[in-house]
Amino acid sequence: MTTASAEKTAENGAGEEGYNFAYLDEQTKRMIRRCILKAVAVPGYQVPFGGREMPLPYGWGTGGMQVTASIIGHDDTLKVIDQGADDTTNAVNIRRFFARTAAVDTTEVTAEASIVQTRHRVPEDPMTEGQILVYQVPQPEPLRKLEPREIECRKMHAYKEYGLMQVSLYEDIARFGEIATSYSYPVMVNDRYLMSPTPIPKFDNPKMHDFPALQLFGAGREKRIYAIPPFTKVKSLDFDDHPFEVQQWEENCALCGAEDTFLDEVILDDRGGKMYVCSDSHYCARRRAEGHRGTLSDSAAAAYAAAVGAADRPSEDGESAEWVT
Amino acid sequence: MAAMATLAGSAPGGIDTTDLKPGLADPVHDSQRVFRALLEAMARPGRPLQLEEGLDPPFPLDPATAAAVLTLCDHDTPLWIDWIADTPPVRAYFSFHCGCPLVERSQQAAFGLVSDAENMPRLGLFAQGLDKYPDRSATLVLQVPSLSEGLAVQLSGPGIDGRETLRAAGLPDWFWNDWRLNAAQFPLGVDIIMTSGRALVGLPRSIAAEG
Amino acid sequence: MYVAVKGGEEAILNSHKLIAEERRGDPAVPELTLTQIKEQMQIAVDRVMTEGSLYDRDLAALAIKQAQGDLVEAIFLLRAYRTTLTRFGETLPIDTAKMAVRRRISAAYKDLPGGQVLGPSYDYTHRLLDFALAAEEGAGEPQAEEAAETVAEAMPRVTEILNHEGLIEEEIALNDEEPVADLTREPMEFPADRDMRLQNLARGDEGFLLALGYSTQRGFGGNHPFAGEIRLGEVAVEFAPEELGFAIEIGEITVSECQMINQFAGSAERPPQFTRGYGLAFGHCERKTMAMALVDRALRARELDEVIEYPAQDEEFVLYHSDNVEASGFVQHLKLPHYVDFQSELQLIRSLRRRHTEETLEAAE
Repeated sequence: MTTASAEKTAENGAGEEGYNFAYLDEQTKRMIRRCILKAVAVPGYQVPFGGREMPLPYGWGTGGMQVTASIIGHDDTLKVIDQGADDTTNAVNIRRFFARTAAVDTTEVTAEASIVQTRHRVPEDPMTEGQILVYQVPQPEPLRKLEPREIECRKMHAYKEYGLMQVSLYEDIARFGEIATSYSYPVMVNDRYLMSPTPIPKFDNPKMHDFPALQLFGAGREKRIYAIPPFTKVKSLDFDDHPFEVQQWEENCALCGAEDTFLDEVILDDRGGKMYVCSDSHYCARRRAEGHRGTLSDSAAAAYAAAVGAADRPSEDGESAEWVT
Repeated sequence: MAAMATLAGSAPGGIDTTDLKPGLADPVHDSQRVFRALLEAMARPGRPLQLEEGLDPPFPLDPATAAAVLTLCDHDTPLWIDWIADTPPVRAYFSFHCGCPLVERSQQAAFGLVSDAENMPRLGLFAQGLDKYPDRSATLVLQVPSLSEGLAVQLSGPGIDGRETLRAAGLPDWFWNDWRLNAAQFPLGVDIIMTSGRALVGLPRSIAAEG
Repeated sequence: MYVAVKGGEEAILNSHKLIAEERRGDPAVPELTLTQIKEQMQIAVDRVMTEGSLYDRDLAALAIKQAQGDLVEAIFLLRAYRTTLTRFGETLPIDTAKMAVRRRISAAYKDLPGGQVLGPSYDYTHRLLDFALAAEEGAGEPQAEEAAETVAEAMPRVTEILNHEGLIEEEIALNDEEPVADLTREPMEFPADRDMRLQNLARGDEGFLLALGYSTQRGFGGNHPFAGEIRLGEVAVEFAPEELGFAIEIGEITVSECQMINQFAGSAERPPQFTRGYGLAFGHCERKTMAMALVDRALRARELDEVIEYPAQDEEFVLYHSDNVEASGFVQHLKLPHYVDFQSELQLIRSLRRRHTEETLEAAE
């Protein structure tokens, strides 16, 4: 009961009236913070935590939000992406939540952010030491599809018995000639724990290895937190005769011409017409600002940007002020 | 419930609050900043960080030692305090500001506070975690005389790009040998936050040390 | 040009306005008040409080109004509010033996000390639409007559009566040394103890528990249940502040309780004995407590050395899927964009098809 008085003063912190800074109460933050430190100490191990109900539904980023809420402070600048884009509704909504409850600065520029919260992508721009990448995790257990029981999965992790996963991947090769997993492609962290990289496309898996920024993972519904410290070995599972490979496209980004990014397929008509554009909206916009061009004419690109509503938005000035209403 | 709110504000029975030193001035934002330093320390082992928080904790605690405990401990975390720091003012300080239960046996503690590094208990005397729950191990806040002088030790492992040199003074002879045993039983083992003055260094169990 | 819809701030705000409009309905119709919901939709309020884990009729009424009567959404609203509340401590366990009983029935004994009290119930209503209620002021004044005799002070629980002969297992003694699990503060752990299981079931979705309980009756689980006792009424809530050192009464809550009695053949260690299944809910939630008691008993299979072969006996299956806030969120998260994952699958399936075609051609040659 001794902390009750401390939390009273805390409510004056900032942000939404009647709620603590960054929404969570201090006791919950402390519990989550302790779990985050354990997660960093045992890379890839899923630390169970007393996840709280958030004002957003489970499955919509509550785990990532609880992690972000427990680490974020006044000095932070937050970027939120969903499917690589800053302007998808869920990303906008989560950014709005933190602008309201923690009154922090938000940005779309990867390099400017101290914390990036993401769903299903690792940004194309490199991240650096001092930054933190927070992943929203729907299903933290890489073995779940093979073994639905928590008790069994926990045993496999405890004794590093991952034969089941190896067999499953090998069965894919026997049946399809390749490993038929294109996202949530399992990785070994620090040669010890099998880990789900969340449903990022396997295209992003290699970025996790020796990543200079700290990577934190929050699963709200399943109530697990895990982490990859900076400069940690992360290896996508594979076989000597079937080495791990990432997706490749024959096309380049129609907007910025990028040859080495993850591309979203955009359907242009109902006669099979399509083009490909970068899934990372900020990266694509920056390249266009630098003068890079893809096959799409400038006027068509402008029309596309207008339709999408954000791609070439010049700046975010005034945006967060508008959100705090 | 209004009556209860008033009750909750008063000190629980049994804590002598005379001469009680203040805790973190701004519990929400100070503990957030201290936590980020702790997180950075654990994520980049061996690299000393300086806290800004100007705490004035009771003897023999250094500001960083007190800040780490105040930031991480509460009702849910049994705290073990070594004999030099186990004084009425220190007990009152943590009971009042954290509300954490104080335990006599190091094995029962979620956190261990060592202020006399030279005479600290062996690492194996703290909770090591379980095979299925390696997170159920103790974290030691280990206050040392200096984090800039002392025997140089080479660290490597997750969080370190290549190697990192750690210098910590005042550790017992057996310390780094114990640490090798600790690292060898990964993922079990204790994690350590070394403190000195306002500086702190993280030493998670995943880190290997070479003399 | 047709492009994938990428919504923004404006779209979200407009959507909020539209839903508010829908919620209000025809502005010519007077707006619902919270008091009306609280007083006239009590059972909905009770369900929201039970599954929302928060005893507050006003807030539950507000949640129901805000959710347009969508109870699962209202439960979510209440939970999200509850999680921000400061915790003062734990109350003492409520004592339902001391309940001010309004309804109490037993299907096991015809006559028993304290008697049967039918109380408020839909059980023996004829389910005929009452068109009198359709008319304004149709409900009229309260009509219940005052009972000739007052309800007995002492109403021992049926399970206690059975206990005199040792015919039913002892209730598990409360161990003060061991804290009661609280899954609003700590994650579930398996195997789960009964305290955690009961808390999960109390918060669990009524429809899910009803279906599971029903499945045990149809043979998907070996229960042979009797409704030993069902009671509804008010109990005192007591709290012992650390500073005071003794308990004070801080209020009164309405609860429904169900004690199911089940057959048990006995084992090497235990003589044949009836076993218990337990259900408790805030307010008047009788169906919920009965379903909960059936599932509680089924989940005790491990403890009673029974073969676990049916869904209701499988604690990971039941406990991980009972929570409608979790379930609703995750089912509906499929609405969120999955462009990236879908794109990855497109790439993969094209590659697999190419390989398939090549192999078929090679085989043909």
